[in-house]
Amino acid sequence: MSAAGKSIDERFSARARKLVKRFPLHLIIVLVGLFWMTPSVGLLVSSFRDARDVASSGWWTAFQLPFQFTLENYADVLTQNRMGPSFLNSLIISIPGTIVPILIAGFAAYAFAWMRFRGRDVLFLFVVALLVVPLQMTLIPVLRLLTDMHLAGSFPGIWLAHTAYGLPFAVFLLRNFFGGLPRELLESAYLDGASNMRVFFRLVLPLSVPALASLAIFQFLWVWNDLLVALVILQDPAKTPMTVAITNLVSSFGTQWQLLTSAAFISMMLPLVIFFALQRYFVQGILAGSVKG
Amino acid sequence: MSEVRFEHVTKHFGETIAVDDLNLEIPDKEFLVLVGPSGCGKTTALRLLSGLEDVTEGSIYIGNRLVNHVPPKDRDIAMVFQSYALYPHMSVYDNMAFGLRLRKTPKVEIDRRVWEAARILGIEKLLKRKPRQLSGGQRQRVALGRAIVREPAAFLLDEPLSNLDAKLRVQTRTELSKLHQRLGTTFIYVTHDQVEAMTMATRIAVMNLGKLQQVGTPQELYNKPVNDFVAGFIGSPSMNMFEVRVAQEGDETHLDVGSFRVSIPPGKAARLISYLGKELIMGIRPENIHAPNFLPPGITAAKVRAKVDVIEMMGNEVFVYLLSGKKQFLARLDPRVQVSPGQEMEVIFNATSLHFFDLDTKKALP
Repeated sequence: MSAAGKSIDERFSARARKLVKRFPLHLIIVLVGLFWMTPSVGLLVSSFRDARDVASSGWWTAFQLPFQFTLENYADVLTQNRMGPSFLNSLIISIPGTIVPILIAGFAAYAFAWMRFRGRDVLFLFVVALLVVPLQMTLIPVLRLLTDMHLAGSFPGIWLAHTAYGLPFAVFLLRNFFGGLPRELLESAYLDGASNMRVFFRLVLPLSVPALASLAIFQFLWVWNDLLVALVILQDPAKTPMTVAITNLVSSFGTQWQLLTSAAFISMMLPLVIFFALQRYFVQGILAGSVKG
Repeated sequence: MSEVRFEHVTKHFGETIAVDDLNLEIPDKEFLVLVGPSGCGKTTALRLLSGLEDVTEGSIYIGNRLVNHVPPKDRDIAMVFQSYALYPHMSVYDNMAFGLRLRKTPKVEIDRRVWEAARILGIEKLLKRKPRQLSGGQRQRVALGRAIVREPAAFLLDEPLSNLDAKLRVQTRTELSKLHQRLGTTFIYVTHDQVEAMTMATRIAVMNLGKLQQVGTPQELYNKPVNDFVAGFIGSPSMNMFEVRVAQEGDETHLDVGSFRVSIPPGKAARLISYLGKELIMGIRPENIHAPNFLPPGITAAKVRAKVDVIEMMGNEVFVYLLSGKKQFLARLDPRVQVSPGQEMEVIFNATSLHFFDLDTKKALP
């Protein structure tokens, strides 16, 4: 009895000691976290203050009584400044702009990892080499190409552009992940009678969820936050995504910070939701292949 | 019906020749074990048969069908891998049913076969589990189950026991033999462990450096190895080998090892006549070396003096490592023999159980 009691005591004190020992580390992590979050919190707070307050005092003064928060900025931004349709446009651009390249990259990566054909490695090297091509250099040729194809200014045009820009990294990441799957697993499926297509959909994709999820987050964030490609390819104001709409806010409203902050927060919301929903896979995906599963 | 035939099969990987002119016929319902050291080409031979690798030259037949260009899934074979290769995201049931579903087998039939296989293997209670929730032995059974439900013409097993602990390995060995008897299907089993080969096989095919060395029943391989490699590989502990010179004094033929001589009984000397004055390899299995007080009846004794180096007591027998000159050899003696390291002792070679191999060709003397 006493022995058991003692061991519980010992365990408790061991834990306490560990906690104390780690305290400085935790403190630093919390401080860095807070520091990093400050601009976002400022943005969030400002987006709920009215124009006069924003113009006259810093966001941190908003926590003094009486609280004066308002939803008006959001209402204004969404109704008057085309932010609602822009949000929708961003979705229309980002969802196919994420799914299409991942799907194509998935097929390509499977072929690069598991199918034997002449010139496979050279081709893969070529795809990876595309990673170093600066995006800015390609803008004019891509726009010309899309114009020739009568796709400039259209959603399919920008889907194609984002797909092309996203593919090299996606192929690279997925090939390395797929290549790390145990060979015998795939061979076993071939012997069971599975075609390459079956193996891809029934085996490779389900086993690669961490890599796919982290790739999806990367690609979605990249497309969602993209301003440059959208500015160049989508000139039609009815099709502008949020990034373009927000920059327009800056020029057309000068220093209307309350609108700018609420618009910015709306644009941040979805990536945040996606990140938190998939972050478990994201962390696994970053470690993809580093440790034998 | 499901006989398997390799005809002059060669496989190159770049410059390396993994399998070199393999000719092997495996009759229906046989349990054939391909055995050899790592890198001898046994696994490659199995993979060629499964269709996971393409042959460079030669032909492979399953039944009477040439399968060189038949894709793996249409060869009517099932394979059990060393790592089991279970689909980690599927339940045991789904793992076993996967192949049948792909072949559009009716649901009722799938259910029947999966339950039947599960019953044979005693894994009925595991059907809903995922592979990660299973022990090594259980995974191994599931891998077997996945092959059984397919009801293939031949089972290919690639070192299926090497990931199991020693005790489970022995147990599974007997179960595999029983399974083979029960299913009555051709089993082709690859291993580097000659004990597995000896205990389970109907016939054994020994390979080395890509070449087939000998095919035969375990007893044939043990008693009549065709060359020094098979002689050394089959049997545990290994056969002792000595380079000897054949000499004759008067009527008596003897083998001169250097530090000792072994006299050959007149009846056995005839085959050595052409080697008089020349060197050859003499082999003797550890169990054919005896202690003087524990001689089995009817042997032709040849006395050898040697120094005891190391003793390994096994309980039912004792392994004594002996030194004669610089040459070390092993004797498997009666456990009642009283010896201690460093001691000089006399042992008796059974001269009728000697094996002889040509020094150059390494082939057994006829």
